Amino acid sequence: MVISRKPLHFILAAFVACLPLLSFATTSNDSVTTATPAMETTKHVASIKGEGHEVENANLTEEQKSDSERKSHIKHHLMDSHDFTFFTYGEENNKHFGFSLPVILYDNGLHFFSSSKFEHGEAVAESNGNYYKINHHNGLVYRTDAEGSFTEDDKGHVTNVKPLDFSITKNLFMIILVGLLMFFLFRGLGKSYKQNGSIATGAGRFFEPIVLYIRDDIAIPNIGEKHYKKYMSFLLTIFFFIWFLNMFGLTPLGVNITGNLAITASLAVITYLITTFTAKKDYWGHIFWMPGVPVPMKFILAPIELLGTIIKPFSLMIRLYANMVAGHIVLMSLIALMYTFNSPIGSPLSFFLAFVLSLLEILVALLQAYIFTMLAALYFGAAVEEHHHDEHHEVAHH
Amino acid sequence: MEIPKIVGAGLVVIGAGIGIGRIGGSAMDAIARQPEATGKIQTAMLIAAALIEGIGFAALFAVN
Repeated sequence: MVISRKPLHFILAAFVACLPLLSFATTSNDSVTTATPAMETTKHVASIKGEGHEVENANLTEEQKSDSERKSHIKHHLMDSHDFTFFTYGEENNKHFGFSLPVILYDNGLHFFSSSKFEHGEAVAESNGNYYKINHHNGLVYRTDAEGSFTEDDKGHVTNVKPLDFSITKNLFMIILVGLLMFFLFRGLGKSYKQNGSIATGAGRFFEPIVLYIRDDIAIPNIGEKHYKKYMSFLLTIFFFIWFLNMFGLTPLGVNITGNLAITASLAVITYLITTFTAKKDYWGHIFWMPGVPVPMKFILAPIELLGTIIKPFSLMIRLYANMVAGHIVLMSLIALMYTFNSPIGSPLSFFLAFVLSLLEILVALLQAYIFTMLAALYFGAAVEEHHHDEHHEVAHH
Repeated sequence: MEIPKIVGAGLVVIGAGIGIGRIGGSAMDAIARQPEATGKIQTAMLIAAALIEGIGFAALFAVN
């Protein structure tokens, strides 16, 4: 009567995988849920763009409307926001579950108020006599009149005055949270060595091999025994920062931080600054006066090499951003398939594809953190490398 | 104006795909020949693939 646990696990997994099939029973509800958000889009578009667009939108069929609703939902997911909303529910999609975050604006004086004043972008917030409203298209705060109307130029850019925005937004909130998490996690790991006879305890046991891997397989081979120590703090920080943020992006919190160009750009700029300011003589020598090539060639190579120093961090920025954004868009599009098919096949198919892609995304989350760290280490290595180029390059070029 | 851009980006992505495919294939060959060097080969493969991937993404951004 011994039942192996494997078949049990399999049956459980099969049951979970078949759960979406239960939507058979409520297929008639699907059309309702798709229709309701579509109505909301119409409302949104009308309130932002005015009368003309409302008429235009009214001509669209039901299908096109729900299509554009899905697109705008994905777009909104990729953007930063001024409040932290976990999910939206209710008849008109007007009830939000989440919490407000502080809004800090500088517009001829400091304005400080809670984002609950915006009522999720629906209302105009008043602060010290100025009126502010969130634009639905780019999620930015603009100064408006008391009615909260936006003016646009021919190309559709908003021409309202834009105050300097130092708000604690959703992304910034998550960054602070991950920063604190990393601080306590690795401080605990560091402390445990003192108390426990140089053996890591708790969660540190999981992270210790990763830290060692970064030291032994990323930093030392690329930077070299002599210089690697001063870069370790940065490499470890950037690896765990990107990895944790990527993993948080896969949770239902709905954050998309590493898929934000400003954040990847900051990471790339820090990498560039460290490379530039710790570079040794040989690094600049290789850029401005490439050894081992004919003199006319040196003049051609100098601008190319100089441009190369900027392209390197630029590609770091684009790679991380594009990978994470692409992952999020594909994942959300697969989930949206459920509504596109609007048939019993839709939900299991969408569930299965989204499940498989989520597993792939877990790998991508780690891989992108690894690639970023690896390439940063490679650039640092190039900056501190010491050549004996007289003989080395002669051999290479003749 | 719009179509040549998209076609160009498509060509770049095809090129990047072929490039990454070749890197992966060659790495497989190399690992089959020298299984003991798997770690080093994988690292080199990932770096080369990441660099090419960057170009592919740059093309997609040019379209946007």
